[in-house]
Amino acid sequence: MEGLDEVIKEFLVESHESLDQLDRDLLSLEDTPDDRERLASIFRTVHTIKGTAGFLALPKLERLAHVGENLLVPLRDGELELSHDMADSLLSMVDAIRAMLGHIESDGAEGDTDYAHLIERLEELRHATADSLIPTSTPPAVESLTITGEIAASDDLAESIDAPGHVDDDDTHFELLDHVEHEEEIALHAEPSTTAPQNSGRRASQRSGAGGSRNSSDSSDAGERSNSLVDSTVRIDVEILDKLMNLVGELVLSRNQIVQFSNSFQDAAMIAASQRLNLITTELQESVMKTRMQPIRNAWSKLPRVVRDLSASCGKRVEVRMKGAETELDKTILEAIKDPLTHIVRNCVDHGIESPETREANGKSPEGTLCLRAFHEGGQVNIEISDDGAGINLDRVRAKAVEKGVITAEQAAAMSDREATNLILLPGFSTAQKVTNVSGRGVGMDVVKTNIERIGGNLEINSAYGEGTTLRIKIPLTLAIVPALIVKTGGDQYASPQVSLLELVRLDGTRAKDDIHFIHDAPVYRLRGNLLPLVYLDEQLELREPRLRQICDETINIVVLQAEDRQFGLVVDGITDTQEIVVKPLGRRLKGISTFAGSTIMGDGSVALILDVIGLAQKANVLTERRDQTLRGQSSDAAAERLSALQSLLVVDPGDGSRVAMPLSTVSRLEEFLTTDIERSGHFEVVQYRGHIMPLVRLGSGGMASYDQVEERLPVVVYGSDKKSVGIVVGRIVDIVQHDLSQDDGDAALPGRHVIQGRVTELIDLEQLVRSVCPSIFEHSAA
Amino acid sequence: MTSKQSYCTFHLDDLYFGIAVSQVQEVIRHQQMTRVPLAPPVVRGLMNLRGQIVTALDLRRRLGLPDANGERPPMNVVVRTSDGSVSLLVDRIGDVLETDEADFELPPETLRGVHRELIRGAFKLQGRLLLILDTERVVDQAA
Repeated sequence: MEGLDEVIKEFLVESHESLDQLDRDLLSLEDTPDDRERLASIFRTVHTIKGTAGFLALPKLERLAHVGENLLVPLRDGELELSHDMADSLLSMVDAIRAMLGHIESDGAEGDTDYAHLIERLEELRHATADSLIPTSTPPAVESLTITGEIAASDDLAESIDAPGHVDDDDTHFELLDHVEHEEEIALHAEPSTTAPQNSGRRASQRSGAGGSRNSSDSSDAGERSNSLVDSTVRIDVEILDKLMNLVGELVLSRNQIVQFSNSFQDAAMIAASQRLNLITTELQESVMKTRMQPIRNAWSKLPRVVRDLSASCGKRVEVRMKGAETELDKTILEAIKDPLTHIVRNCVDHGIESPETREANGKSPEGTLCLRAFHEGGQVNIEISDDGAGINLDRVRAKAVEKGVITAEQAAAMSDREATNLILLPGFSTAQKVTNVSGRGVGMDVVKTNIERIGGNLEINSAYGEGTTLRIKIPLTLAIVPALIVKTGGDQYASPQVSLLELVRLDGTRAKDDIHFIHDAPVYRLRGNLLPLVYLDEQLELREPRLRQICDETINIVVLQAEDRQFGLVVDGITDTQEIVVKPLGRRLKGISTFAGSTIMGDGSVALILDVIGLAQKANVLTERRDQTLRGQSSDAAAERLSALQSLLVVDPGDGSRVAMPLSTVSRLEEFLTTDIERSGHFEVVQYRGHIMPLVRLGSGGMASYDQVEERLPVVVYGSDKKSVGIVVGRIVDIVQHDLSQDDGDAALPGRHVIQGRVTELIDLEQLVRSVCPSIFEHSAA
Repeated sequence: MTSKQSYCTFHLDDLYFGIAVSQVQEVIRHQQMTRVPLAPPVVRGLMNLRGQIVTALDLRRRLGLPDANGERPPMNVVVRTSDGSVSLLVDRIGDVLETDEADFELPPETLRGVHRELIRGAFKLQGRLLLILDTERVVDQAA
C-alpha cells in the first residue's frame, strides 16, 4: 500500500464512497424506478469511475464500468424501466468493481477474475425488450457467486459462500418477483443469511436487499473491508469537530484550574497527577486542533486556473509559483481567506502585472510571475502574494485620493509612503485607469482587509514602483485557543493576545520620570530611540481620570503592542503571566465595545475580558490616521486645521549651542552611532544601517567636517525610509515640543526663526535639507 | 378550562415580577462577577456559570428603579434567550406560582416608557399584582 500512488489512493477512497452510495441509490431506486434524478446520479458515478479507470490504465475496470454505463443510458433517458433483474446485475457490477478495487489496493493490479459473463449479461439487458424483464435463467445468481467466490477465496472464507440461505434467497426472490406486497416475507427469508458468516452475509444481504430488505447491509459491510484504505479515513461533520474543540477548550480551562490548585498542595502524588493531566490535555488539544488543520493548498488550488483565465482575457502572460503549499491552518480560517486570496490574486493579475509588450519595453521578461508563499512564523501563518509587475504608483494614489476628496492636497503631500499605500485599502478606492469586468470598481481591497482583520489577521502592502508589489497576510493558526498575556489593572485581570505582544518594559520610579516625555499631555516613552506612545489601560477603560502630566514616582509596567503597523505601550498595574486561553464570544449587548475581543475563564474560575488590541489602539487614537478621521465623517478641513495649528517639533542642538527644530512627522527614527562606525565613500560619510548604506549629513557646519578618531556617540536623526534614508548628525537631542506655528510666523528679519521654549530656534525643512545635500535620494520616490 | 402556566416569581423594590418557568434556566445565589468597563450601566458584569460565561444584567437599572441599598446581595435568575443565557439580578426570589390565564390582563394604557415596553401584562392575584416580564426585550440591546 505504501507504493500506491497518491492519485490511485484518492481514487480508491472516492470510489469506495461512491460505490456505497451506488448501493443505496440502486436499492431505493427499486421503490421509485422512475426517479430520473437518482438514475442520473448513478450514471454520473459510474461514468466517473469509468473515466478515472481509463485515465489510470485499468482496462478491465473501465470495460465493466463502460457496459454498466451503457445500460444506464437508456434507463436514465426513460427508454427502459429498471427491473429487479437489471438492478441485480448492476449491483453485481458494483460488487465486481469493489472486488477489483480491493485487488488494486492489495497488489496494484485488477486481479484476474473474468467478468465476461457479467458483461454479457449487462449487454443483454440493454438490448432486452420490456416483456423480457422477468428473467428466464439465473445467470445473475451464478455470476455473483463466481465473484463472491473470488473475493472469499482471498479471505480464506471460501466455504461460507455456498451457505444455503443464499441460493434459497435468490430463488425466493425470483419467485416473488411480481408480488411486491410480500416484501416482508422476503426479508424474513433473507434473515438467516445475514446471520451467516460475515463474508457471505454481505453478499446475501445485498442480494436480499435487491428483493426488498435493506436494513442489514450496513452492519455486515464491516467484515470484508476492515483493513482497507477506506477505513483509514473517515468523513466527519465539521460540527462534531467544533463540538470537540469546544470540549477541549473546557478541558484546557479545567486543567488550568487544577494545575493552579495543585500548586497550593504539598502532595507529591497530586502534583504528579496534575502534571500528567497537563501533558495529556496539551496533547489532546494539539490532536484535536490537527483534525481541523488543512493544508493551504486547498485554498490555493483554484488560483492557477483563475490566473490562467484572467491573464488570457487580459492578454497577459503570468506564471504562478507556489511555495509552502503544505502549510496547515485551521479550516475556518482557510475558508475565510479563500475569497480575499482570490481577490488579491485577481488584482495582481489585472493591475499589477503589465502586458507582455510593456514588460519587454521595461526590460522584464514578457511573462510575469505571481508568487504565492506560505510559512509558519511565531505562531502565525504568513501568506505572501507577490508579483513582479508595475507596483503601486503612489503619486497616482495620492492624486486620486485628493480627487475623491478623501484627503486634502496638503495632507497628501505630508503623507508618508506607507500611509499613501494604505489608501488603497479604503472603500471605493481604485486607481485603475478603466473599470474592467475583473476589478477597478474600487470594491474589494477594503473588503479583503476587513475579512482578514475579522479573523484576527492583518494585511501589509509593500510596493516598489516599477518593480512589483508584495502583499503579506498574517493570520493566526487557530481562533479558539490562543496564548495570552494576563495583565492587571484597576484590580481586574485582562488577557491580551500574545500575537500582538512585542515586549515588556518595566521602569522603576526614577527611570520613569527620566524616560517618559510629554507631547502636549500625551506621554511617550523613548524606546531605543523610537517614540512609543503610551496608553494607560485604566484610563482607556474609563476606570480613572486621565493622569495628564501627573506621573508619580511609581513603577510602570509597559506592554509594547503592535496594532496594525503601529506600536504603542500599554501601561498596566501589573503583569501576571502568560496562559492559553479559550476565547468565548461576548453577548450581543457587549459586542459593540470594540475594546474587547471576547472573554475567557481564568485558572481560578473568574472571568477575564480579552483585550482587542486594534480596538484599544483606535480608542486611544494610536491608530487614528488622517484618513480615519475623514472616514468617520469629520470634515477634513477641521482635521487639517488642527494639524497645522499644533505641531510636534523635535528640537536639537546642532553642536554649536544654537537651537534647531524640525517637524517630528518628518523624522523616522532617532539613532546613535559610534564615530568609529562611520566610513567614507566618495565625498559622503556613511554608516551601515539596517542592511543598507546610509549617508550622513552634518547639521552644524553644513559641510562634511571630519571627526576626531576618538570613539564618541553621535546622535543621528534619521530621515526617510529604509533604503533611502539619510542620517542628520546633530550635537544633542534636546526635546520634543508641541508648538503652534500658525500664530507665530517667525521673525520678519530672520525668516524661519521662532521662539520656542524661550529660545530662538531655527525651523528647518528636513526634506529640503536632504535634497540639497544628496538629491539622489528623491530620484525614485518622486518618479 | 383555561390553561394554567407556572411562573418563577421574584421581588424587585416593592414590585412582584414573574417569568415563565420554561424560560428560566436556573436560580442561583450571588456570584462573583467581573465588571465590564465601558459597558452600559445595566451590565453588572460577567460570571462563570460552570464554564459558561453569562452576562449579568441589573434588572433594577433596566427598569429604571433606584439602585438597591446593598443590604443583601442580589440573586441571579438565569434566563434562556436568543442571545444565550443571561442572568437577571433581582432582590429576592419568590415561589413558583401556577396562574390562571383568566386572571391575565394586558398592561393599562397609562403604563408608559420602559415599563410598557418590558411588561407583557399582569396577573391579578389576591391582594397584589404579578407583573410578567418580556425577557427578550429585557435583554435586548436597547438602553
